[in-house]
Amino acid sequence: MIRIAFSGSFKLVPIVSKCHKNFNRFYSANTHFDIIIVGGGLIGSTLACTLGKNSRLADKKILLLEAGKKKEFKLSQHYSNAVSSLNPGTYKLLNDIGVWSHINSVRFATVKGLQIWESNSEAMINFRSDNAQEDVAYIVENNVTLYGVYQELAKLDNVTVINEALISEFNLNSQKENNEVTLKNGPIYTCNLLLGCDGWKSQVRQKMGFHCVNWDYERMGVVATLELEEECDNSIAWQRFLPYGPIALLPLNSKHSSLVWSTSPQHAKDLLSMTDQDFVDILNGSLSGSPKRNYIVEEGTKAFDQVLNFLQVSSRKNRQFPPKIGKCQENSRAAFPLGFGHCTNYVMKGVALLGDAAHRVHPLAGQGVNLGFGDIACLNSILGEASYSGSNLGSILHLKEYESQRQRHNIPMMLAIEGLHRLYGTEFPPVVLLRSLGVQAFNALEPLKGFLRSQASL
Amino acid sequence: MNARKFIFAYLSRRSFATTDQSEVQFFNKFSSEWWDETGPLKPLHSFNKLRIPFIREGLIQNGSIDKNYINTSTILTGLKIIDVGCGGGILSEPLAKLGAKVTGLDMTDEALKVAKHHAKINNVHNVAYLKSSIEDYAIENEEKYDAVVASEVIEHVENKEEFIQACVKCIKPGGAIFITTISKTLVAEIFAIGVAEYIGVVPKGTHEIDKFIQPHDLQRILEKYGCQTKLIHGLRYSLLRNSWSWTTNTSINYGLYASKFM
Repeated sequence: MIRIAFSGSFKLVPIVSKCHKNFNRFYSANTHFDIIIVGGGLIGSTLACTLGKNSRLADKKILLLEAGKKKEFKLSQHYSNAVSSLNPGTYKLLNDIGVWSHINSVRFATVKGLQIWESNSEAMINFRSDNAQEDVAYIVENNVTLYGVYQELAKLDNVTVINEALISEFNLNSQKENNEVTLKNGPIYTCNLLLGCDGWKSQVRQKMGFHCVNWDYERMGVVATLELEEECDNSIAWQRFLPYGPIALLPLNSKHSSLVWSTSPQHAKDLLSMTDQDFVDILNGSLSGSPKRNYIVEEGTKAFDQVLNFLQVSSRKNRQFPPKIGKCQENSRAAFPLGFGHCTNYVMKGVALLGDAAHRVHPLAGQGVNLGFGDIACLNSILGEASYSGSNLGSILHLKEYESQRQRHNIPMMLAIEGLHRLYGTEFPPVVLLRSLGVQAFNALEPLKGFLRSQASL
Repeated sequence: MNARKFIFAYLSRRSFATTDQSEVQFFNKFSSEWWDETGPLKPLHSFNKLRIPFIREGLIQNGSIDKNYINTSTILTGLKIIDVGCGGGILSEPLAKLGAKVTGLDMTDEALKVAKHHAKINNVHNVAYLKSSIEDYAIENEEKYDAVVASEVIEHVENKEEFIQACVKCIKPGGAIFITTISKTLVAEIFAIGVAEYIGVVPKGTHEIDKFIQPHDLQRILEKYGCQTKLIHGLRYSLLRNSWSWTTNTSINYGLYASKFM
């Protein structure tokens, strides 16, 4: 269940390629669509593409509204600091809709293993997949994924994309068959189904008026693109828990890695304002510094190790050390706020929420964006079945099924992530000892690891 | 926990000359709430999630469907289907949206009004609603249809043989008939009449055990009029989740699909 990267909530994402033709539909009298998608970020655009390619939805008209400008994608030799860790489930979705071939032709990195350890004890967890079929995750720049998605979107006649679409009003009418979306510059669009993919500050969700559990972690995620001191295989994702939050290093290629460092707002501010060299020194120190010593913890973990060794299941096999960071790419440092959000309902008649509009998690497991992609795959199959049954797409009976399937998956995942965040948020020795013992036991037990890995890759 | 509210809607769709008129008015008041998916007829709406795939997959298996349309939202293109006892069109309209030319038969004016109105506002053109019993309709429409659907209807019919004979008469050789109904067992009596009417999900007097029919009896009648039964499967309704599922147990509700001999 451990994946590192940051969730889709944060849109650093600057570059969007080739948007759409059909701009003249903008002025046409025909303003009714079967589906309107609000938000053209990773989730919204992928959703539009996935639904647009579903043969069971082929006769449905889809409109994608994006507030940002249409942007051309230019591959820079520098890596973007906005990357996501895509799990095998997301890979499958992107592959099915033809987006992966574009990503493949640009660039991505494969994560073959990961190592998680902490700053208060020696305990650690590592996964390593030697089997090519079982890649742990893929690290892809968000703008590369978007480029691929928009390439495929441009091929679809049933999907219309409108950029710079600022929405002034939603009219969600649960009595009538249609919802209305009014844009600031005039046109009113109507649809049977409105899909909110507009992030954790979702306008759609606010209009739905559902209860939403929301809090701020008072932590910032500091991101940067790093150059390693030496070239290496670099196929391992590293994550070290410090008292304020984890540092994650995600491979980009043999010489570069991407950083996500969750820490206090003050510390984040300091990290952003210092020179690149000071930043690298502090980072190296935080990654490789020896653990804080505590007698109880040390003795406890050592004793438990002896027990595990006696049982011939070692908890310390394959321990590796993270690569040393050489440089920080200029102007690649940035920070974003971290928060938790959970909406008690994802749907109402004719409306559904996906991605961060419905749920927002700490980036420590790199699951945020993957939960959103999972929402897409699920909604796609349910809407396909609804259409294949002659049902109205806005039918609450089908949407409720999406909601219950996704909540059954998302909520345990969110609770687990939240649990890890809290568990590692303390330096209180008995807690440190307990979590270390847990981690040792976990690392010793291969079947348990396999189970968790399969859970996290859905 | 079966025999839901859906039954009273379907009671109103008694499209048979043999129906006795007094019960019909009893359901008219529900017409305005007919199309509310979360309203009193929600079991019928949620039943669509099961019975439409049942009909669709049955027609595929029966070879009635052009392969090019499989996995598209117009899979029933070119097929002519009768929905016997169509009520407000909860089943007819989705079948029409899938491309079939649907004829909905019902005896209740109010229900037909609801059905026609809903089809009009939703731009569903390939559905026609008629006030007729299947027995009367069959006289002029021999072997004109690819399929006949009688969902939650036959449990209100007095004369089953006449009803089935009329249904089968409308079907082209090689066509199919789909029936869902309530079985004639003690459990069905307890749930469909006792429990459902006691809780109030179905008005008192909706069902009479004498009119229920067991799967093998239905199969025998179908055989007699030239249809081979291909599938019988039990149905289960969950009141709390408002959802239907298939089960091997046919003692309460069941669905049946048969094919007319060539």
